[in-house]
Amino acid sequence: MMRLLLTRLGQAALVCWSVGTLSFILMQLLPGNMAFRVAAGRYGYDNVNLAAAQAVEAELGLDRPIWEQYLDWLLNLMQFNFGQSLVSSLPVAHELLHYLEHSLMLAFSAMLLALLLALPIGIYAAIRENGWFDRASLILSVLLRAQPVFMVGLVLLLIFSLHLRWLPVAGFDGPRFLILPAISLALVLAALSSRVMRHAGVEVIHSAFFQFARIKGLSFSQSLIRHGVRNAALPVVAFLGIQLVTLMEGIVMIESLFSWPGLGHGLAHAVFNRDVPMIQGAAISLGLLFVGLNLGVDVACHLIDPRGRGDL
Amino acid sequence: MNNPTHLGRFGFLLWALLGGLVGCQPNQDPNTLNISGPFEFTSQDPSRTGYVYTRLQVAETLVDVTPDGRLVPGLAEHWTVEDRGLRWRFQLRANIPFHDGHLLDAQAAAQALNIARTKPGVLKSLPITLIKAEDGLTLSIQLSRPYQPLAAVLAHSSAVILSPQSYTAEGQVTWMQGTGPYQLLEFTPPHRLLVQRFEHYWGTKAQIPRVLYLTGHRAESRALQIMAGQTDIIYTLDPASLDLLKRRHEAQVYSESIPRTVQIKLNAGHPFLRDVRARQAISLALDRASIAKHILRVPGTEANQLIPTLFKEWHLAHLAPATQNLRQAQALMQQLGWQANAEGMLYREGQPFRLNMITYADRPELLVIGTAIQAQLRALGIDMGLSIVNSSGIPSAHQDGSLELALIARNYGNVVDPLTLLQLDFGHQGNGDWGGMQWNNAALPLLLQSMEAETDSAQYAQKAQQAAQVLADELPAIPILFYTQQTAVSRRVKGFRFDPYERNYRISEMRLETP
Repeated sequence: MMRLLLTRLGQAALVCWSVGTLSFILMQLLPGNMAFRVAAGRYGYDNVNLAAAQAVEAELGLDRPIWEQYLDWLLNLMQFNFGQSLVSSLPVAHELLHYLEHSLMLAFSAMLLALLLALPIGIYAAIRENGWFDRASLILSVLLRAQPVFMVGLVLLLIFSLHLRWLPVAGFDGPRFLILPAISLALVLAALSSRVMRHAGVEVIHSAFFQFARIKGLSFSQSLIRHGVRNAALPVVAFLGIQLVTLMEGIVMIESLFSWPGLGHGLAHAVFNRDVPMIQGAAISLGLLFVGLNLGVDVACHLIDPRGRGDL
Repeated sequence: MNNPTHLGRFGFLLWALLGGLVGCQPNQDPNTLNISGPFEFTSQDPSRTGYVYTRLQVAETLVDVTPDGRLVPGLAEHWTVEDRGLRWRFQLRANIPFHDGHLLDAQAAAQALNIARTKPGVLKSLPITLIKAEDGLTLSIQLSRPYQPLAAVLAHSSAVILSPQSYTAEGQVTWMQGTGPYQLLEFTPPHRLLVQRFEHYWGTKAQIPRVLYLTGHRAESRALQIMAGQTDIIYTLDPASLDLLKRRHEAQVYSESIPRTVQIKLNAGHPFLRDVRARQAISLALDRASIAKHILRVPGTEANQLIPTLFKEWHLAHLAPATQNLRQAQALMQQLGWQANAEGMLYREGQPFRLNMITYADRPELLVIGTAIQAQLRALGIDMGLSIVNSSGIPSAHQDGSLELALIARNYGNVVDPLTLLQLDFGHQGNGDWGGMQWNNAALPLLLQSMEAETDSAQYAQKAQQAAQVLADELPAIPILFYTQQTAVSRRVKGFRFDPYERNYRISEMRLETP
């Protein structure tokens, strides 16, 4: 277990350095004058001009050699300091936390809702294998999965916001704003994960150990709880880890549709405004998030499955 | 969980509960006015996004502006100009509290303006030598040369007066403590601002207790917000949503002219554009009426000059409308030696008439207008490329000399007197980052400079007309359309008024009708 933690810690450090350096290089390679870009981000398109760009250049020391700027960033990073946003002058960590908080809130709500939907559907479909419920859930899954997530969001928006007027359309000002984007994502996630759960469940139900449990006299639900759940959970947890990663990537669509102030939105704006510390910070956060997710999945699998414990 | 069907029932029950919970909640707080617009804010620094705080009436300026463009006393009760226009004295109102409880005095005003002068913006470009407090409520501004539009510049959002407690030692604003009818309650950049009524406001107190501003990034989403009853006022609607909103009963749409002009900035030193006839030909080839009708969906907004009608002194009332005349445009091109080939494309000495236009995505309609211009110029035989850059790409390309054509939307009401902006755009031998480029006109900058000291309003108006005529004749920039601001207002909002200068949303005068 300790070896696993140390490996992941090493990976996290490598991710921080490589992602930050790559973002730095890419930003330097982009065409366009950086001081002008930052000035546009700060003062808006009506007020960006040479004087504003010169003031930005002098204030931020953008005329310094590139290697000096890079070393500065690296030294700061070693002290866990992401620096300040070039546009807002606020600490990057503060801004990132704000975006990350919203993205994670959305991602985990969606994941939780997806689980609440997928678990009963997947398990029931597995128990009633090839029954009408199993087939209906398969058709619904295919239909939902075939839609881009923004289409699902749009349909929900038209029904619940525009027609029924129950929920707000866009922005964020309290839990009610979370419901539609979270459900949109959850529906698409549940479409796939319910099928994975169903398959894992079917496999367990047909397995020799499950049949043995039934023969030795345990009821169906007793067998399911004592022997089925843990075995079925292993592929499901691994899959959920992967799904959470793709969710973090796909969340940008939903953030855009619902004007959600998440990391995808923050990253896009930072790229427009050439806000290098923000881009580096956002990319590093995403990288670390993936390392953290992997670690979480590894630990969960480790706890569920005793077989591999000797290897770690 | 013994019966597997319980799992399914549990899920449905949860959804039903969620639905019920949502259904019980009203979509809007009766004490909060919800507004939405496209602009984001990243800071409380007036030099960066000061307009957000004047619009929401958190911060105020010494001089105020009426919706018809007159300068009226704001925090300053009156002002005098002395010493042949070199010294301005502002007498501040007494007993004006800042939101932090301190009282406004000349020292605080001097500090706010002195900090604003150190930052990029219109104040920095003025010939100010000293701003100081003469006594408790008298502020004095010393100039190196007379500058008649000073009062108009002091009404700009970067010149708001904040309490000294608002600033750090480096002049950064940590928390804005203004004097307006609303005070800042929550600041969540870049998308959410909550302000609440300031109970000790010196003027007429606001009626609505709280105002929430949420950035709506997409125009379509903003339109849906008002249809769904989520938002009370939506600023800047997209043309596509206009028809839809006008057909529905939830909101009323207000269309008001604003002093912003869509125009083509061009490199007048480019071999193809150096002759004014080439610029006239381009102007004649444009079908502005179709762009106004089909793209912005506001017929009648075709621009025949740069400065909109709102500025009567600067607007040439008798200038002929800009109508499309392709035949005349072709004749002008022929005079310049351009000949059309078999495909109708113009060539001169084996060289095609090929230019690149840049524009920016901050105002999404610009790209669509640019595409229309591309097609219209092709009819004249001009092969125009169109690319999207960051808005900073325009001044940057101006500076490095690579700009050929740029489609921009210029706000002539940034300062209530367009003189300041025109000097920035055409004041350096006729050139400026967002104005002329390699135009090299000596007369216009001199004329504009002479207006700085002009105190006779009739003379001032005459010179303004002369300047507008030079711009219309020489076409250092080609006007396309005048903007119309489309605002949707929910039926429950009463007392809505629109400020064409977009300095002040006048929310303190509005009230919410309770059902």
